[in-house]
Amino acid sequence: MREVHVGEITKTVRDLFIDANINLGEDVLNALEQALEMEESPIGKEILKELIENARVAREEEMPICQDTGLAVVFLELGQEVHLVGGDLIEAINEGVRQGYKEGYLRKSACHPFTRKNTGDNTPAIIHTEIVPGDRIKIIAVPKGGGAENMSRVVMLTPAAGLEGVKEFVVQRVKESGANPCPPIVVGVGIGGTLEEAALIAKKALLRPLGSKNPDPEAAAIEEDLLERINRLGIGPQGYGGRVTALAVHVNMVPCHIASLPVAVNIQCHAHRHKERVI
Amino acid sequence: MTEIKRITTPLTDEVVEDLRIGDKVLITGIIYTGRDAAHKRLIELIDRGEDLPIDIKGQIIYYVGPSPAKPGKPIGSAGPTTSGRMDPYAPKLLERGLKGMIGKGMRSQAVKDAMVKHKAVYLGATGGAAALIAKAIKKAEVVAYEDLGPEAIMRLEVEDFPVVVINDAHGGDLYEEGAAKYRRD
Repeated sequence: MREVHVGEITKTVRDLFIDANINLGEDVLNALEQALEMEESPIGKEILKELIENARVAREEEMPICQDTGLAVVFLELGQEVHLVGGDLIEAINEGVRQGYKEGYLRKSACHPFTRKNTGDNTPAIIHTEIVPGDRIKIIAVPKGGGAENMSRVVMLTPAAGLEGVKEFVVQRVKESGANPCPPIVVGVGIGGTLEEAALIAKKALLRPLGSKNPDPEAAAIEEDLLERINRLGIGPQGYGGRVTALAVHVNMVPCHIASLPVAVNIQCHAHRHKERVI
Repeated sequence: MTEIKRITTPLTDEVVEDLRIGDKVLITGIIYTGRDAAHKRLIELIDRGEDLPIDIKGQIIYYVGPSPAKPGKPIGSAGPTTSGRMDPYAPKLLERGLKGMIGKGMRSQAVKDAMVKHKAVYLGATGGAAALIAKAIKKAEVVAYEDLGPEAIMRLEVEDFPVVVINDAHGGDLYEEGAAKYRRD
């Protein structure tokens, strides 16, 4: 067994949320540059230039890319040969969120569902834990903004809807979302599993680097067709009209019940923030 | 490209009527922030027939909840939030003389109708360009509802604050026309 002090997890979570909110990933920047090449709409091109410039300003001035620094979503891959010492794992993660959002001047966006009273420190984090082989811990920090998350949906289709039904649902969701989720967007699609599994794999799909090919050829073909259809909608950057509505579509598929065809669409804005580290 | 129009607040009917969808506009002067919780309180005051904490006649409200200011800076990152959530409240404010709203995302038909009726505009700031937008904000002070934290109403002094006209006072809608132009069926 390898011993890891939970204090190391706190520090890592803190650093990752600050880093993710300030420094846009290279893959996203590259995707924005490519979008600028493809875009035909003059106003769309200007928006894309603004987004690239915004990423530079955020990095240089160490400011958040977007004021909505999100709910703190954490994906934790915990090696089964790790022995955690020094305290409570969940509390250690929440403490990292608390420190990161305070010391990084990030906005606290967590509140009570009805009174809307802010929790004050952006906790509790949304934590997804997976036990994996090995003696390492992988932590992925995903600050998830509200605007794009609000446009996301899960549906339980009937199996007869088939692949075409799934595609129609995804394209329709993007169409109805219009300008709201801050296009150009990234679309995470989860197909199969149960209600919650579809949603979870849709969110995980977002984490694959932009520009990478899906190793599953069946899913890769669905991604290609969906991206083509979505970019025919004409919504464009910020919804002002244009060719680039989505930077990418990422699909994850798993088996489902013989009676079901669950589909989740998790929409992500162009401020597609996620950072990870292995300890 | 369309020309860039420069406007200063407060806005008159004349200035508003000159703005057309797709126009790039630079705003200088005072604008007020307000989002979900602040709107709820403003409307509660209106419904009770009480005075608002700010005079909204001729003014612009920016739907934003900025990130905290770092030491030495007037404000943190300050991009727009999704405007649709303010749709249930906006017509009552427009009726009382509000001339402009800055945000991102689609508005309801009721809000669009109220804009035509009361001569007002809906302006889009670039969602997610929050660090860049903050550069146009020179000063920020909380003027109401400090307890709401990032949702408090702030008075912002802005200089060449960049927006695009999404809905004008003539019934135009950039989202509809823009998408129609580039749609491939």
